[in-house]
Amino acid sequence: MISTALDLVLVALLVAAALAAVGARGLFAGVVFFVAYGVFVAIAWLRLDAIDVALAEAAIGAGLTGVLLLGAVGHLTRAGAGAPPRRPAIPLALACAGISVMLGWAFLSLPDAPGLQVPVAAALPGSGSTNPVTSVLLNFRAFDTLLESIVLLAVLVGVWALAPDAAWGGRPGLVQRVRPDGVLAGFGRLLPPLGLLVGVYLVWAGTKQPGGAFQGGTVLAAVWLLAAMAGVTRAPRVTSLVLRIALVAGPVLFLAVGMAGALGGSFLGLRPDWAAALVLTIEVGLTLSIASALALLVLGPPERAA
Amino acid sequence: MIPSATLFGLAGAALVGIGLYGFLAHAHLLRRLLSFNVLGSGVFLMFGAAAWRSPILGADAVPHALIITGIVVKLAGSALAIALLVQLARATRRAALPEDEGRPP
Repeated sequence: MISTALDLVLVALLVAAALAAVGARGLFAGVVFFVAYGVFVAIAWLRLDAIDVALAEAAIGAGLTGVLLLGAVGHLTRAGAGAPPRRPAIPLALACAGISVMLGWAFLSLPDAPGLQVPVAAALPGSGSTNPVTSVLLNFRAFDTLLESIVLLAVLVGVWALAPDAAWGGRPGLVQRVRPDGVLAGFGRLLPPLGLLVGVYLVWAGTKQPGGAFQGGTVLAAVWLLAAMAGVTRAPRVTSLVLRIALVAGPVLFLAVGMAGALGGSFLGLRPDWAAALVLTIEVGLTLSIASALALLVLGPPERAA
Repeated sequence: MIPSATLFGLAGAALVGIGLYGFLAHAHLLRRLLSFNVLGSGVFLMFGAAAWRSPILGADAVPHALIITGIVVKLAGSALAIALLVQLARATRRAALPEDEGRPP
């Protein structure tokens, strides 16, 4: 009874925050509501027993997407770019509400069917991890994860391709002017050590408990961004060799392990007796790549040669 | 006593509608992107709630893993969209597509 009440409050907050994010009068207000919305979605994932997803949603959905959107608001304001106001469209609103009702009805009429819990649990010993989500990501459906890590690189190439010719070779993002006694400078020094600890722990814990390369990598990316925004460190040049090695480490390690598996009979297959060590190796490589790729995606293309 | 999965599945359906409305009604490209992100998380929420259809066995890890992959790809896509729309805003001083402003594209 109490849990249903909690769920109902959470659903109401979710829908209200989504309406506010989409319908807010100002752009900035919309982005702020969107960040709050991301936090509510993360709590909803906790209620659905999806702790791995909740961690990813809190770090990426609310955290990095929020930074990305706020940065975009700043760029658009500086460029003086406006847009025509929202069209008042009652037929459109009714049509969208109709789509929601149909989707809800379809969801309610789904048959009660078991998922893949039983096969996953049966294959878990020897998969290299006791966390089923990590096993699915790095072993059972490794192809998805490999392609995803390559998608991140492809998108980064796309973002960097938008850099002006004159700025190529520079550092991504804008120069931050930080008041030395301000809140940002203080937090920029206080939080990174804690964030580093949490990020590395999430990667390490991911083989047994909720966590893993995505969640840990995102926290590490956030630590880097915070330190860069607080002026503690500077983003590396886009031509830096060390940076590029970090970016490709995950996919290269993943592919190498996959090819070794191909020699043993199946591409991306992990030998059960080595699986634990291989999963951890892939996790570490992916963490490096995901952390650097996500941070660079949020910083955007280089803006000036320096 | 309503199962959490039912409530959040229905909430996901509502979020899809809200996001779709924002995507179609706004001309401002950043607001469209934000609305599209709301739509996407509604789809994820429905998918994740559907992972709970068998209450005895508990949550299914396969949809969870796919959703984590989806969340990362969603951020990557948003980053590319923002890089493109910032370039458009610098070149034209507008944050909307020409056809949405009644100008010839």
